[in-house]
Amino acid sequence: MSGPLLEIRGLAVVFPTRGGLVRAVDGVDLEVFSGECLGVVGESGSGKSVTFLAVLGLLRPPGRIEAGEIRFEGRTISGLPEAELRELRGRAIAITLQDALTALNPALTVEQQIVETIEAHDPDLPRGRARRRILRERAQELLRLVGIPEPARRLAAYPHELSGGMRQRVMIAIALSCRPKLLIADEPTTALDVTIQAQVLDLLAELRERLGTAIVLVSHDLGVVAEHCGRVVVMYAGQVVERGPTAAVIGEPRHPYTRGLLRSIPSIAEPERPIRPIPGQMADPIRPPPGCRFEPRCSLARPACRLPIALRPIDGGRAARCVEVAA
Amino acid sequence: MRAEAVEEGALARPAEAPAAPARSPFAADLRELLANRTAVLSIAIVLAVAAMALFAPWIAPHDPYEANLLRRLQPPVWLEGGEWAHPLGCDQLGRDILSRIVFGARVSMTIGLLVVAIAAVIGTTLGLLAGYLRGFVDVLIGRIVDTLLGFPYLIFAIGLMAAMGPGLANIVLALVLKEWVLTCRVARAETLAAREMDYVEAARALGASPARIMLGEILPNILSPVLVVATFRMATIVILEASLSFLGLGVQPPVPSWGSMVADGRAFLLDAWWVATLPGVAIFVLVLAINLASQGLRDVFDPRLKA
Amino acid sequence: MRPSALLERLLQLVPVLLGIALVVFLMMQATPGDPVELMLGDALATPEQREALRRDMGLDRPLPERFLHFLGNAATLDFGQSFHHRRPVADVILERLPATIELTLAAMAIAIAVGVPLGVVAAVRRDGWIDRLATILGLAGVSMPGFWLGILLILLFSVQLGWLPVSGRIGFGAEVPPVTGLLLVDTLLAGRPASFLEALRHLLLPAVTLGLAMAALLMRVTRTSMLEALRQDYVTFATAKGLPRRRVLIRHALRNALTPTVTVAAIETGTLLGGNMIVETVFGWPGLGRLVVEGIFTRNYPLVQAAVLLYAVTYVLLNLLADVLQTVLNPKVRL
Repeated sequence: MSGPLLEIRGLAVVFPTRGGLVRAVDGVDLEVFSGECLGVVGESGSGKSVTFLAVLGLLRPPGRIEAGEIRFEGRTISGLPEAELRELRGRAIAITLQDALTALNPALTVEQQIVETIEAHDPDLPRGRARRRILRERAQELLRLVGIPEPARRLAAYPHELSGGMRQRVMIAIALSCRPKLLIADEPTTALDVTIQAQVLDLLAELRERLGTAIVLVSHDLGVVAEHCGRVVVMYAGQVVERGPTAAVIGEPRHPYTRGLLRSIPSIAEPERPIRPIPGQMADPIRPPPGCRFEPRCSLARPACRLPIALRPIDGGRAARCVEVAA
Repeated sequence: MRAEAVEEGALARPAEAPAAPARSPFAADLRELLANRTAVLSIAIVLAVAAMALFAPWIAPHDPYEANLLRRLQPPVWLEGGEWAHPLGCDQLGRDILSRIVFGARVSMTIGLLVVAIAAVIGTTLGLLAGYLRGFVDVLIGRIVDTLLGFPYLIFAIGLMAAMGPGLANIVLALVLKEWVLTCRVARAETLAAREMDYVEAARALGASPARIMLGEILPNILSPVLVVATFRMATIVILEASLSFLGLGVQPPVPSWGSMVADGRAFLLDAWWVATLPGVAIFVLVLAINLASQGLRDVFDPRLKA
Repeated sequence: MRPSALLERLLQLVPVLLGIALVVFLMMQATPGDPVELMLGDALATPEQREALRRDMGLDRPLPERFLHFLGNAATLDFGQSFHHRRPVADVILERLPATIELTLAAMAIAIAVGVPLGVVAAVRRDGWIDRLATILGLAGVSMPGFWLGILLILLFSVQLGWLPVSGRIGFGAEVPPVTGLLLVDTLLAGRPASFLEALRHLLLPAVTLGLAMAALLMRVTRTSMLEALRQDYVTFATAKGLPRRRVLIRHALRNALTPTVTVAAIETGTLLGGNMIVETVFGWPGLGRLVVEGIFTRNYPLVQAAVLLYAVTYVLLNLLADVLQTVLNPKVRL
């Protein structure tokens, strides 16, 4: 394999606020390989979504990338001018947002929202009547791809006229409309009913197989990630605290935070096991703890945890940011 | 996704403000208001105009009615032919423009304050009744409100002034008859929200009479949005009064009003621009100050309305 | 929009229009003096003639009956004789209407053309110099009485610079045969570009004077709603799709931001209609507004009554139009 598809090195994202500089992402390293499915897990406020908004240059001002480098197919894309970023967005890297109801424009039909994406990236479209026909066919084909029945009829619908699962599929169809190499699915199931959640996740898995699109599954739910992703990255308070092959990380978590996350989700295998939420609150993003950021909430904390700590590699392509791991 | 960044901002907040020493909320509001320099300056201007109106006879350098044709259209002091005795020059009858502007503040302030105050009382009362009693009362008041909203403001006032004839009392009446509608709508909406609150439920459960609930429980809580709207509206009222006076439908001559002074000066635009324009400056400054002041008051007393 | 929804909305107008008619009717009952004397003016008449006229005008009937009569007449656009002109009120109004429509439409066009783009730019470049300037101009715009602004503009552009005429609609010799009554249209229809320019030069100052306050308000509303729209997920998603920035701003953000702008625009047409009287007086514009002001001083009550009714009904209908426009802009809105 010739290097990762997406490579993030030392990324730091800050949001100036009245109370001080919020360090939403603080020194994140990660990579995504072609065709793989990477899970990124953490509580809200862990910086997982912000990391990938930064990749696409979608940080809302005054938020900005303070340090680090983002490379896509070996080319540095952090700090690219807006015009060049625009060419990447939707075509090379696409994203779906958490709630399709708010992410889709309420005033435009499904067709309009799909078609404008294709038009933005395909300069070879013919002019005139043929153009409209081709665009409509492609839009229908996309709806069929994401498993929407009666695509011709759905094209004319407005987002609020569709069900939640259907809207999520439309958003995925839009994201895939230009066959991106990387799809970032930000909390793709959070806004959905439990029964629909599984359908959408299966759809994403199926699309990855058929189209060869790499997928980053951003979720607060380790369970969702466990089922579909080969590798997982666990984030806490703007940092990566653990990463590795999903089976290994879940089977034998090396960071206390990962263990906490595992205990906080219901398990189908052991329905009797009590669910235990992690006690305490997410670290203050303006004045984070000096050492391990999880230290104030960690039951195993000891004085050594108050010293700065780097991600420590473990055998089997794993790493964890904990003093328990031999340096 | 976006929520995440917002949440992080929210998390930061507790650490941001050191625990404030206990003090009355009003003192805190006042302190915040005083920190807003634009608001303080504009409130000072409004108060200065009010004082000018109140003490006009002592402030004005001349009698505003005293005509002297020898000084007809005399220019202001900074132009050739002007003199310090009449700093803003004289009008077509040789009356001192500065003195007339000082006295003109009386009309603007009186009508502005009276209309806003009376309309606020009527509007709040009816809005409170409509919102609390609902049913027939609400429907009836709603019909009247809808009807009056169907009239453009100035058209309504002009129609009434045409029918009733000019005069200070008639202007106040014409404007109040339309103005209360806006307060009424705000008061009704606020009442609808307030009547669902726990403290109102509690008072009702304790057997308080409707009148007692409306006056004792709801009124104090809808007062601040009503007052904020009222201060904003005063700016519009001042402009409307000036417009009516400009059309000759306001206070009758020779009583000086800024609007009619501008109208009088129109005939002399070519030779004496100051007669028509200077009273307009007074209107502009007062209205601007009211607008800025009410913005400052709103930000402090009713942050929900913040744009 | 479904036709039944529109019909329902139209039916809702009935009580409002009836209420407006009642208010206008009652307004004129408050007039001092005897309508018969006013009607006669200086003409001499015997007591019998006076009595006959009183009966003709229906003044001997009870008030409710007179109101029904008034309603019936209003529905057929019969507003009686204009005291002053000795002609049907409807004719006199119709003659002056095109001038006012032209002025109002021009003012509205200026307000929208200035207010909306300025609001968009102010929101997109938030806290930039355009935003600051727009805030100041917006505040000044709503704080400035229209008649004073008109006079300042005359002083600058007519008296000082001599670029634009002080009053009227068109110069001598530039007149064209009336077709629509809108001079900008008629001069073009007549194929007289010089006359068109002449009409435009006359229209400019009054239209700017009338439109500026509305432009200021539209700017503020557009800025606020645009800032709100820019915060929405659909704008982020549209950007993430790789759409050009302009398209994101206009098709996604502005389109949704226009909903409140349209509402405010409709409400503000009330200011425009009222402003007619002021601006037409300042600029000697021969329209309905000036006719009404003249009518007040000549105590031409039937004319004033009809004009007030016309203005109010127009205002109500414009608000209906805005509601319909909302459903086009925003498919989620139902009438």
